[in-house]
Amino acid sequence: MGSRVEILNDGGYRSDGRRQYELRDILIDLTPQGSADGSAQVSHGLTTVLVNVFGPREPRLRSQSLHDRANINVEVLIAPFSTSEHRKRNRGDKRILEFAASIRETFEPVILTNLYPRSQIDIYVQILQQDGGVLQTCINATTLALVTAGIAVKDYVAAVTCGVHSTSPLLDLTNIEESDLPHLTLATIPRTGKVTLVTMETRLHIDRFEAMMRLAKDAGAVVAQEMKVAVKTRTEDLVKSMGGATEGAKLTEEE
Amino acid sequence: MVDITIRKRPYADAVVTQRKFLKKTARGKVVKILRERYLRDDVACGIENCRECDGGSLPFSGVASHKDYPQGHFLLPDTNVFLHQMDLIESPHFTSPLIILQTVVEEVRHRSLPLHSRLKALITSGDKKIWTFYNEFRSQTAVVREDEESPNDRNDRSIRKATAWYNTHLELTRPVRRGQPKPVIPTIILMTDDAANRQKAKEEGIPCHSTRSYIEGLSNFDDLSDLLAATDSNDLPEATASSRNVTLYSDYLPMSTLVAGVKGGQLHQGHFNANQYNYLEGSVPVPAFSKPVLLLGRENMNRAVQGDVVVVEVFPETEWKAPTDEVVDQDSTLKNDDPDNSGDEEEDAEIDAEEAKALGRGRQEKTQSSVKPSSERQPTGRIVGIIKRNWRAYVCHIDGGSLSSTLSTSLSQQSVFAIPVSRLLPRIRLRTRQAPTLLGQKILVTIDRWDLTSRYPEGHFVRALGRAESKEAEQESLLLEYEVPYRPFGKAILDCLPPEGDSWVVPPKSSTSPDWQNREDLRDLLICSIDPPGCQDIDDALHARMLPNGNIEAGVHIADVSRFVLPDNPMDSEAAARGTTVYLVDNRIDMLPSLLGTNLCSLRPHVERLAFSAIWELTPEAKIVQTRFTKSVIASKAAFTYEEAQIRKDDPHRDDDLTKSIRLLNSLALKLKAARMAAGALNLASPEVKIHLDSAESSDPIDVEQKEMRETNSLVEEFMLLANISVAQKIQESFPQTAVLRRHLPPPRTNFEKLQDILQKRRGMTLDVSSSGALADSLDQCVDPNEPAFNTLVRIMATRCMLSAEYFCSGSVSKDTFGHYGLASPIYTHFTSPIRRYADVLAHRQLAAAIGYQSLHPSLHSKQHVETILTNVNRRHRMAQMAGRASVEFYVGLALKARGTRDGKATEVQEEAFVIKVFRNGVGVFVSKLGIEGVVMFKNDHKFDPDAYTISLTSSAGKEATIAVFDRVTVSISVEKDKNTQRGKVAMSLISPVNTTGL
Repeated sequence: MGSRVEILNDGGYRSDGRRQYELRDILIDLTPQGSADGSAQVSHGLTTVLVNVFGPREPRLRSQSLHDRANINVEVLIAPFSTSEHRKRNRGDKRILEFAASIRETFEPVILTNLYPRSQIDIYVQILQQDGGVLQTCINATTLALVTAGIAVKDYVAAVTCGVHSTSPLLDLTNIEESDLPHLTLATIPRTGKVTLVTMETRLHIDRFEAMMRLAKDAGAVVAQEMKVAVKTRTEDLVKSMGGATEGAKLTEEE
Repeated sequence: MVDITIRKRPYADAVVTQRKFLKKTARGKVVKILRERYLRDDVACGIENCRECDGGSLPFSGVASHKDYPQGHFLLPDTNVFLHQMDLIESPHFTSPLIILQTVVEEVRHRSLPLHSRLKALITSGDKKIWTFYNEFRSQTAVVREDEESPNDRNDRSIRKATAWYNTHLELTRPVRRGQPKPVIPTIILMTDDAANRQKAKEEGIPCHSTRSYIEGLSNFDDLSDLLAATDSNDLPEATASSRNVTLYSDYLPMSTLVAGVKGGQLHQGHFNANQYNYLEGSVPVPAFSKPVLLLGRENMNRAVQGDVVVVEVFPETEWKAPTDEVVDQDSTLKNDDPDNSGDEEEDAEIDAEEAKALGRGRQEKTQSSVKPSSERQPTGRIVGIIKRNWRAYVCHIDGGSLSSTLSTSLSQQSVFAIPVSRLLPRIRLRTRQAPTLLGQKILVTIDRWDLTSRYPEGHFVRALGRAESKEAEQESLLLEYEVPYRPFGKAILDCLPPEGDSWVVPPKSSTSPDWQNREDLRDLLICSIDPPGCQDIDDALHARMLPNGNIEAGVHIADVSRFVLPDNPMDSEAAARGTTVYLVDNRIDMLPSLLGTNLCSLRPHVERLAFSAIWELTPEAKIVQTRFTKSVIASKAAFTYEEAQIRKDDPHRDDDLTKSIRLLNSLALKLKAARMAAGALNLASPEVKIHLDSAESSDPIDVEQKEMRETNSLVEEFMLLANISVAQKIQESFPQTAVLRRHLPPPRTNFEKLQDILQKRRGMTLDVSSSGALADSLDQCVDPNEPAFNTLVRIMATRCMLSAEYFCSGSVSKDTFGHYGLASPIYTHFTSPIRRYADVLAHRQLAAAIGYQSLHPSLHSKQHVETILTNVNRRHRMAQMAGRASVEFYVGLALKARGTRDGKATEVQEEAFVIKVFRNGVGVFVSKLGIEGVVMFKNDHKFDPDAYTISLTSSAGKEATIAVFDRVTVSISVEKDKNTQRGKVAMSLISPVNTTGL
């Protein structure tokens, strides 16, 4: 390895002071943005993504409407200032289209699209800062934006990246770690334990795969819990400021 | 399930928890980089039974070995201490408990990777009380670089902060309790040689010491004081030279100029090679010229030491020169130089004149006989900078002549010269208090620096190896010179051995035992091993039996080392670093701990052992019908020596099954060998000798004899080759990118030109080198009916023209270069000696994966990883061979001496020798009986015919004789001892056809 940064040192610390199974700080902001129906800004460490959801609404093109369910449209925009090397990416960039497609496919089985026939749900993903784990942040932010937009979903979708350094798996990789280690991103539905997305663009030994999958699934549950708390807090705040907050009206716990 | 948590990072403290910095990319762009930092309160301080932190290993109350700190102390050294005083820290006498900060480890890593790996080895070895404190991650000790602060100052500040924190941490965790005696609180001492840093520490009330002042307070000061490196110039008066400030060398150019110059092509970069016959001459091979760049004289060599990576400037072509062919010995030229006042101008002038003369001599001769064609001239230049020093510890002798006082009780510090054993290195000046006791010993010295004003590099004494010419000292110095790692295995490595130790046995057969999973039970087969006498690490065993269909089943069973050496544990890394077992004449430096090598993995007779078997079905004509590999359990029935096996095979009265199977194996081996020879394999020869040792304890060599080859040697060899080739095919098939293979490249034709010419001119013989087969055939033709040893001699000389075999990773070279030239096999690997070669261990792992026994460790899927390991193994292998040869040479010397003085009086040893080379003023001879080579030098000039390879000598008695290459002569051999260096030299002179003692 040419790099002089140790991914995992002898004391068991990673380059940013975390241990193997520690996730970065998660920051969730559910403030509405302009005319969007639901929005969420989520940061995993220094990776920040803002997602705005519009809809369900009239499809822009007739041809896109489906008679029995809603059409989901995902557009991804990467801010040129999001990486340290400024680079402009076109919207038609193949990588970005693929990225958008994987977000759409993650949510297609989760959104109850049959409740909104002949309509369209637009998801605009804006990547504001990148420091590894961009896809996981996008998926988590999209989940929260859908929830604030009031769109019916089966459950939260929580995504986590997991890499492996020699034989020790690491969770929630930063940019340095991502460029050095084989890693996968896994999106799960915690309630059923189903996996809606696994992507991996690096080579990984088959023996390591199962352990990483399990770990990422467990970590997904932790992230989902964090998202739930954020939604609950926000809802409580809303209810309170609308004047309706009394002890009796407190939201019942979902589980 | 593991505990997964989300770490919180307070955003208000973003200054501390985020790092923002600018970085220049490889392309030259400047980018801004933002990184996070998670600060925590659970970073342990490392002190036992700490109230707040867990998992400490340092003693609770420090140690009280320092006189200023009777209440105990811990030591916290800064980065420079590790950069300059590593020898001191590594010394077994240095026992203070160390706290090493993460800041320090990282700074060492950035400054010097070799020192970093030494530091890491020290931390992981477990021999010392060391704790690494991750201060940058603990919230109380994390430091942010301030504006206008250099990274160095920041690190110093962070080290001071950590020291201060430690001291308060100790106070807080050991509060005064009512009714109990006041708790004893040890001190954390900051050790730094930076005076400014100490000043600041004092202002902040942090206890601190320089290395020297700290050592002085220790009870074992005397053991440690010499290990101090000479860098702490603040405390020590400089060597007198610097005060006079006579600049002997030019300054190096700044690094940026060097890099730009090399890139631009004006300067050239390469490794510096000193000339071993002329200390005032060196060369640097650079890619821009076909010949290496020549450096003449001290100024042009500009303080480079053998192995340094240097940058040279080449002079215009008019100033190019040819290398001298004169021997200039620094010991004799610089005999009178005084280590203490090497700045003395008068003396300097004297030395300069002497050196100029030495350099000029060769030159003048050339102009006289200016027949030297200009093609001999080489690019000539001077060193303008050093990219990387490759200094290590060198084995030296103290130059007796440089001592100012040889009184053995004298403890005054004096400057002396250390003369390295290797002729490639300059003398090293060192200051020591124990010079008289070190006289006549082999010692280890490292170079610390080489100033502009100093003719010699300055170094410090590391440790004494023992009396020169004593076996222990010579043995150890040999290992050090060839960089053989010979330390005993550390605790971490021994912990990887099976906990049962030598009572480990193969578990009883059952379907649940993991050792029996997928393993074949071959315990009933008639397996035996054949090895040299006294062999303890038996890694191969054989069997053969007739099959009902008329074919023969033959099997090679190799110790299953990979069952015990699991990938990626400390034992595996150590074995990978050692690469091979090193065999010296009376010693063996193991690659694996001896519990494995000589016991658990050794296929001893009548014991059940785990093995990895290659089993073939062969036709009686030795054609392979079928090959299979399997992990197995075997029980060897007998361990033979080559001799025993041979006798058993030849004994017509013996007719038991074991003997039959040996005969069967032998018949197959003969056919295999015939087939191999037909395919063009070479039968090479190298001078191998065997040393007879007096007895096990004294191990005095009595005599030397050539090794004998028996039929059974070749039996074992053939089957090992067969196994290696079969395995190579299999793993290459399964892992085309990363298979561990071995190859022997065909030698370039030009290598043989000289030998072909000599053979043609002297004996009228031709050597066809178009292919290995042709070479093998023509070597068979080189026979002199009157001289049975002649053929062997030619083979030895032909072998020297060839390249050496090497390990490689199959994905990194093109497929048509896989071949093994000497064995005439298209593919080859090493599989049969995993106890003593690391490449075999890798081959075992790959073969196990190839047959689906277990999955391959991820590291063996990485081409880059395999390449790095094999590069190291190749280097170790080369070094091991050289060390082994040097050891034999040393013993041959001892044996000669013993033989020479056997009857109480000094008699000369006379041996027959062959002339292998003719010089203008000497002949090179090879003594096959002793396996040594020597040069007989003549003082006077003689008629020398370089084209016919002859020299005509006239003896003092007026007899004239012509000596040519391949002639048989008699030489007298004696061992002379150099007075200053205690170095034994083999000296030879001709006895017949003419006595040249006076010539």
